[in-house]
Amino acid sequence: MSKALIELIQRDFGSAVLESHSLHGDDTVVVELRAWKEVARFLRDSPQVSMDMLTDLTAVDFPEREPRFEIVAHFYSLTRGHRLRLKTRTGDSEGDEAEVESLCEFWASANWLERECFDLFGVVFKNHPDLRRILLYPEFEGHPLRKDYPADKIQPLIAYRDIPNIDKVAPFGVDEGMAFGRQTHAQARHDTDDSRVN
Amino acid sequence: MEPLDQELDEAELEMPTEPMLLNVGPAHPAMHGTVRCVMELSGEIIEHVDVQVGYLHRGFEKMCERGTWTQVFPYVDRCNYVSPMLNNVAFALACEKMLGVTVPERCQWYRIILGELARMSDHLTCDGAMAMELGAFTPFLWMIKAREMIWDLLEEETGARLTHSFGRVGGMASPPTDNLKDNARAVTQHILSVVDEVEKLLLGNRIFLDRLEGIGVISQADAISLGWTGPCLRATGVAYDVRKASPYLKYGELDFEVPVGTTGDCFDRFMVRLAEMRQSARIIEQACQRMADKGPVNIDDPRIILPPKEEVYNTIEGTIQHFKIVMEGLKLPAGEVYAYTEGGNGELGFYLVSDGSGTPYRVRIRPPCFLITAGLERIITGAMMADVVPSFGSLNMIGGECDR
Repeated sequence: MSKALIELIQRDFGSAVLESHSLHGDDTVVVELRAWKEVARFLRDSPQVSMDMLTDLTAVDFPEREPRFEIVAHFYSLTRGHRLRLKTRTGDSEGDEAEVESLCEFWASANWLERECFDLFGVVFKNHPDLRRILLYPEFEGHPLRKDYPADKIQPLIAYRDIPNIDKVAPFGVDEGMAFGRQTHAQARHDTDDSRVN
Repeated sequence: MEPLDQELDEAELEMPTEPMLLNVGPAHPAMHGTVRCVMELSGEIIEHVDVQVGYLHRGFEKMCERGTWTQVFPYVDRCNYVSPMLNNVAFALACEKMLGVTVPERCQWYRIILGELARMSDHLTCDGAMAMELGAFTPFLWMIKAREMIWDLLEEETGARLTHSFGRVGGMASPPTDNLKDNARAVTQHILSVVDEVEKLLLGNRIFLDRLEGIGVISQADAISLGWTGPCLRATGVAYDVRKASPYLKYGELDFEVPVGTTGDCFDRFMVRLAEMRQSARIIEQACQRMADKGPVNIDDPRIILPPKEEVYNTIEGTIQHFKIVMEGLKLPAGEVYAYTEGGNGELGFYLVSDGSGTPYRVRIRPPCFLITAGLERIITGAMMADVVPSFGSLNMIGGECDR
């Protein structure tokens, strides 16, 4: 069954399939970036495949490769009971121009999964209806799951948000509060001083 | 006495209103402390809602990339802190799938027993909290008391009430205690009686039923498209359970049913969880019968399993083996794997990428809660403000898993 799934995709998208394997029993197809959305549409609509559930979508960062990010989606078909992992590659070595078509119009689950992927990796999903950060706050600098983001990096203090029409204002200024007792590195103090100047 | 509103004409009373922005959470207890809903209300009707998660984000996946594979276990404990044993087992299974090894039968039964107990504690928490949020405090106390018994049992087995860190690649941290079966039977017996009592107490309660029936309804198609799994999906009538659909451990040999609902409302989700506790009790009983009292728990592979302490302290081979596993970490073969199990809230998947060194290259947890919480917006838009509490409660959002 499972082999047939890979063959089906190879038959219809032969030129776009970069590689395929069934390591540890997980059927995997890597497609070119331009075919990402079309293959996804095929997976959902083809009666022989009918992947009705997008169970997971994430990315993996390989900074030394040229299309740097691997976008990994896992599909499951409730009706047919088979699974498939679909991958594509995007982004240059700097991590810029990492763009991929959104799958939101096919599966509702893509909405939050893609937002998370954008948040943590900085991969932009084109035509996503609401591409905002989801797990982190808007002022967060960088994308933490990239390999070049140091795990112990300290984020700068964020300024008080200037939101109109809110009568209640917190009784502290820009440079007070929000320290959480962890901003003790010399670097962080330095950053804080900068933000005070601004 | 005449009703007070008899003479009132609705049209006359209608006043020009503009939508009100209401911010619920993240510190609101009904939002379980980690979710914020920004709602646009028209009267009491929610017109738009923006569900914001991430208040409990701790960088789980980033932290996993810093240690060894074994050092991930404490982190997965803290993902679902109501049923950590299920996460432990799921992660161990993912690593074992990558290594191509299977743990001995006794360990598989052991994992099933502990896992089903953890699933019961998960469902007890959810249903109990749901009842409490609707004003029924007694069932909550009963269920939390029953949950405490599960945690006592798990403490006896693992040494920790909650964050067990008990799973290991290729086995468990220690073999089952001699009292495991007796204790498990006693606990399940007590839980079954609690479930019966809770049913009697709540299912005849008009207030409770009115607040759940027909509230928070989601269609089958929507639930599937949103990637819902577990009790929330089964409440819509889809009998998808990983334990049945692609059995792992010994689930294929066990006799149990997958309870499903019909309408996909809060009441169905509540009932599916109650029914699942009964099924878990059946599974535990069967597993107790079939688990051998003696035999190995860990696989016999010195590259994966730490040697016994006597060998570490008395033989040079044992010392070296211990040193290599602890300092260098397990060497999982280069490649990628996606392993999935049935967690307390649905399909709990681990997508692991290994580069062949002892450190994980990427650990991706596929949290059932994250996608279920994504559906909150859909089920409360157009509902009344007061329906948010039962709707959200019935989803059983676990902050640690949703935000990681």
